Amino acid sequence: MERHFDEELKDLKEKLLKMATLAEEAISLAVSSLKERKEELARRVFEGEEMINLLDIQIDEECMKLLALRQPMATDLRFISSAMKIGSELERIGDQAVNIAERTLELLKLPILKPLIDIPRMAALSQQMVKDSINAFVNKDENLARNVCERDDEVDNLNDQVFRELLTYMMQDPKNIERAVGLILVGRHLERVADHATNISEDVIYYLKGKTIKHHYDKR
Amino acid sequence: MVKIETKVKIETLNLSFYYGNCKVLKNINLICPEHKVTAIIGPSGCGKSTFIRTLNRMNDVIPGTKVEGKILIDGEDIYSPAVDVAELRRRVGMVFQKPNPFPKSIFDNVAYGLRINGLKKRRRLEEIVEWSLREAALWNEVKDRLNENALLLSGGQQQRLCIARALAVRPDVILFDEPCSAIDPIATGRIEDLIHKLKLNYTVVIVTHNMQQAARVSDYTAFMMLGELIEFDVTEKIFTNPENKLTEDYITGRFG
Amino acid sequence: MKKKKFTQFLGFLLLRACLYFVLAVLLLFIYDIGKKGGGVISLEFLTQPPRRGMTEGGIFPAIMGTFLVTMVTAALAIPLGMFAAIYLNEYAKQTRLTRIIRLSIRNLSGVPSIVFGLFGVILFVNVLRFGTSILSAGLTLGLLTLPWTITASEEALKTIPNSYREGALALGASKWQTIRTNVLPYAIPGMLTGAVLGLARAAGETAPIMFTGAAFYLPYLPKSLSDQFMALPYHLYILATQHHAIQQVRPLAYGTALVLLVLVLGINTASIIIRYRMRRKRRW
Repeated sequence: MERHFDEELKDLKEKLLKMATLAEEAISLAVSSLKERKEELARRVFEGEEMINLLDIQIDEECMKLLALRQPMATDLRFISSAMKIGSELERIGDQAVNIAERTLELLKLPILKPLIDIPRMAALSQQMVKDSINAFVNKDENLARNVCERDDEVDNLNDQVFRELLTYMMQDPKNIERAVGLILVGRHLERVADHATNISEDVIYYLKGKTIKHHYDKR
Repeated sequence: MVKIETKVKIETLNLSFYYGNCKVLKNINLICPEHKVTAIIGPSGCGKSTFIRTLNRMNDVIPGTKVEGKILIDGEDIYSPAVDVAELRRRVGMVFQKPNPFPKSIFDNVAYGLRINGLKKRRRLEEIVEWSLREAALWNEVKDRLNENALLLSGGQQQRLCIARALAVRPDVILFDEPCSAIDPIATGRIEDLIHKLKLNYTVVIVTHNMQQAARVSDYTAFMMLGELIEFDVTEKIFTNPENKLTEDYITGRFG
Repeated sequence: MKKKKFTQFLGFLLLRACLYFVLAVLLLFIYDIGKKGGGVISLEFLTQPPRRGMTEGGIFPAIMGTFLVTMVTAALAIPLGMFAAIYLNEYAKQTRLTRIIRLSIRNLSGVPSIVFGLFGVILFVNVLRFGTSILSAGLTLGLLTLPWTITASEEALKTIPNSYREGALALGASKWQTIRTNVLPYAIPGMLTGAVLGLARAAGETAPIMFTGAAFYLPYLPKSLSDQFMALPYHLYILATQHHAIQQVRPLAYGTALVLLVLVLGINTASIIIRYRMRRKRRW
């Protein structure tokens, strides 16, 4: 039986998708601006942030409204509570994109320290994780969501690698410190993006299965 | 099957019920834990009212009905021939859908069950009547007019009077058959609070077609459909993550 | 639209006409008897026995006799009727048999009263050897009234909501306790009202008492139930058709009719008042 409520749930899903697309684009732009050393791209990230924040607020309000007025149960309830959390994670992903863009603007004022290899790899992985976690949500794909969670370790390892490499640069020459720190921070932001994507996947699994796997709760 | 930590007060074993040749309840295996509220939900005609009336054998008064299987209360089969039905009904009280105070005074209503069981001493009656009305959260509203006709009370008060009347004979179990469907929302809220307090001392089974009420009030919920028990579990689980698709569809409003 | 209004008007007019017709007959009736019999009514008429071949004196023995026989009728018809109704309504399973029983009871109320009289002669006067007496007549009238009291009692029981019975049972009352404490007290006023109406009818019956105990003339008042008696309806019958000086005693006949009428109307009115007051007290 089609419910009026299903229309509203569909709208909510579309909003989330739109927000996810914007967040992914933001990361992509921010990393491109660093790789290609294009200030213009970084500025576009700042412009895009407003829309992401607006969607976050809209999604929050819509979810509250549905909770109050529709008394959702079971799957519907889990969907709405997950939607709120996912919106929150996406907004933070947007924030990380802004952070990366800010670091980029600072780095562009200085000459290149070294060719970027690991950072773009981290970026690609994190972006794919975000994409996949949202796809898992849309397609109700539990396996994909679990898969995303597993990839988090890989990003963490890359981040450690980036840190160690840049540490040696800093120890070689104090003049490198400013740029190295900037790059370490970018790495950190990308690692956070991967964490957010993992959180989104965990929320998706709760929505689909009613079981939470956060903090390895299910393995206790 | 769900794990129950407390003692089991009521247990039905392969309970089936027939109206003539029509099998209205089909092999119900349900437990109602002691000192907990068990709610029974389901679409109209699923048999939940019929089920609850088997628990105090009120269906016996309907001609042409047959019961198969067992219902154990405190481990004893209530349909065995040795059981004194009147005593059973004293132990298992019932509050009906439409408040049905007798056209007597408030005092006489509450004292009715006591007098039926032979209690005559005025002082003792007064004590128990006051106690019952307090338990039912009605004492303060009626203490100055115990001799007034009970039919003058509002709907919510009448229902609480019926609860007091049932409590006066000190049952172990109280059955509520859609107790709030004829009552306004504020009065409903008060009765729900009352049920919450009652479970400390009694075992409560409540039939309701209002899912939100079941969610608010019960510890365990049973979902019935077309005479069968579809799912039984802790209330929280039923409403956040039910196992059975039929349960899910019902509580999300996809049918019924 | 206009046609609808017109036909409605016509319909109501017709209905009203029927009502007025009935009222007119009743009023004419009362007027006629009142006018022709009113002149005879006096204290002497009501308290003295008849004299001089019933051309003078009063009708006191007849009043007394009617009273006594109605008492016997009540003693049989009311308790029996009530308990039969309680059994039928509360205890009996609703099978084909009970349906047949109910149908038979209804049919019994349609049996002509003279047939009851004949039956009473055979059963009470002859077989049971009660002879022609107040007892026989009272019992015969009792049988006549029984279908009435059973039906009235059943109707009274049916008006008690089932929720009272269920509520009492759910508190642990036995079936009889439920009926005794939670059904009967509310049904009895209705039962009695119906019973009283039945008695009013019985008081005016002539045929059943003619062969079973009513006498043409008795010089003394009945002292026990096995005595014969005089009765108002029979007295009226005698004065109007069997007397040797019919023309002369016509006013007395009308007087008797008036007394009987007042008696019956009085009983009916009393029962209506009872019912009215009872309805005001109860609300469900």
